[in-house]
Amino acid sequence: MLHHRYALGVVSETKGQPPMREATQFAIKLRGFVKRFGSLTAVDGLDLDVPFGSCVGLLGPNGAGKSTTMKALTAQVIGDEGELEVLGYPLPGDSKQARAEMGVVPQLDNLDVSLTVEQNLLVFAHLYRVPAGERKAAIERALGLANLGDRRASKVDELSGGMRRRLLITRALLHEPRLVLLDEPTVGLDPQVRQELWALIDRLRSEGVSILMSTHYIEEAERLCDTVTIMSHGKAVAIGAPHALIREHAGPEAIEIYGPPARLTEVEAEARGRGWRTRRTGTSVSILHSNGAADLGGEPRVTNLEDVFVLLTGEEIT
Amino acid sequence: MIEASRRLGRLERAAMQGVMVREIVNFSSFWRSSAFSSTIDPTIYLLAFGFGFGSLVSTVAGYDYIDFVGTGIVATTVLFSGAFPAMYSTFVKYEFQHTYDAILAAPVDTEELVTAEALWIATRTGIYGCVPMLVAVVFGLDPSWGMLLVPAIAALAGFGWACFGIFIAAKAQSIESFSYWQSGLLTPMFLVAGTFFPLDELPTWAQVLGNVNPLFHCVELVRHAVFGFEGWEDVGHLGFLIGFALVSWRLAIRFMERKLIL
Repeated sequence: MLHHRYALGVVSETKGQPPMREATQFAIKLRGFVKRFGSLTAVDGLDLDVPFGSCVGLLGPNGAGKSTTMKALTAQVIGDEGELEVLGYPLPGDSKQARAEMGVVPQLDNLDVSLTVEQNLLVFAHLYRVPAGERKAAIERALGLANLGDRRASKVDELSGGMRRRLLITRALLHEPRLVLLDEPTVGLDPQVRQELWALIDRLRSEGVSILMSTHYIEEAERLCDTVTIMSHGKAVAIGAPHALIREHAGPEAIEIYGPPARLTEVEAEARGRGWRTRRTGTSVSILHSNGAADLGGEPRVTNLEDVFVLLTGEEIT
Repeated sequence: MIEASRRLGRLERAAMQGVMVREIVNFSSFWRSSAFSSTIDPTIYLLAFGFGFGSLVSTVAGYDYIDFVGTGIVATTVLFSGAFPAMYSTFVKYEFQHTYDAILAAPVDTEELVTAEALWIATRTGIYGCVPMLVAVVFGLDPSWGMLLVPAIAALAGFGWACFGIFIAAKAQSIESFSYWQSGLLTPMFLVAGTFFPLDELPTWAQVLGNVNPLFHCVELVRHAVFGFEGWEDVGHLGFLIGFALVSWRLAIRFMERKLIL
């Protein structure tokens, strides 16, 4: 099974206490987490729950505090305030124990490029303390999962971007973690490759692994996540299932109106005057919650998580 | 089943083994160039000074010159194969390869990371350190049983220098700033260590500086291991090297933590 199987390190002296992590229903629990860098508050009182067995998306524009939050979960960022619990272990004190039971896929590819695929996996089988007798099987399983069996002897710098990312993901699964952190898992990849990775992540999800995934690809969150937390300026501005957030914030349908810039400005003013919310989508204006806006012209379309995202995190790119 | 309330300890063997496996597997792809640069440089110094200087003087501080320089050169090798690889590899792994991000996301702490990397460099230094000395044997340095202790002395000094190199890398904002450390500190240390000429003849201030130079204590300890120990004096040299290793080790950990844990 996919719960953590490998007994590690020393056992504490405290006896007779019920195991803490069985008592919690959350793989990740943050309460009032604050992290400041000098005068900048990167994370500003964040609450975040990842229930066991669920996939949670952390959405937000660049600079919203997603990466800082992800780093805090491995104690590579130490918070200034708030409580953090990963797999029932309080952080940063018991972070090492938590790290032993979870897998982390970083945003930046940090594979050892001069090593082969198999050597990369071997190193991490050691770092994740897979017992000697199970290392070979763990590496074979990862090679299968990454679909890199016939490239095992290739050096990493000979692999395509998609292959590297698959290796990066399966490298974090060698010890069959119960929790996986994915930091922007498909950033910078072709659509085909992205879909391939979605299948891999979906497979993990179906096996009951808890997942926290940061992303700014809305479609990714919409497809894979049970719930999403939308972050803006270090705070959670919305939490819920993707479809529920869409219904709540963007309504069932939007009207999208195309035209020259002057026309778009006019439409915007008119819609706002009637108390509707709008968003610019580059060449068009979308009017949300727009029952009865048909007289303005334009095409009706189904609302999506992107509408919610833009409404909540602001349109200006800062 | 794991009891949730327990904590993994500090400096665990499993964590350090993982870091070292990474180093060893990587080393298998570049050991030739590493062994070449770490041993050829000092060997060139040995031959240049041995033949060049050795033709002017036959004995120095009571030793044949080849004996003097053939033992002193161990410390030079320790510096070249200890401090420099530590500086550059730490910086590259941090800045360009993001290796430490990956390692610290696994159950490994900075303390274990630094210790394991320094131990691995120390192991290499223990072996490399002997190479120019063995070359000197070919040119007339008499083998002695005490030479068997030289790898251990070189490894101890190498651990100190590796940690010092990691400390420099942790403090460096850019790879260019290594020049300050190299030209301002390491090169003078390398020259004023009693490797190529004895310190006794130098002005007092240089002798004082020499005495706080770990390389000097390494040179003396190796020389005495090969030609006969001098009692308490060598206990002092050994103590200095242990102290240097301990201080550098803690400094490396402190500053790497500052760099890696935000």
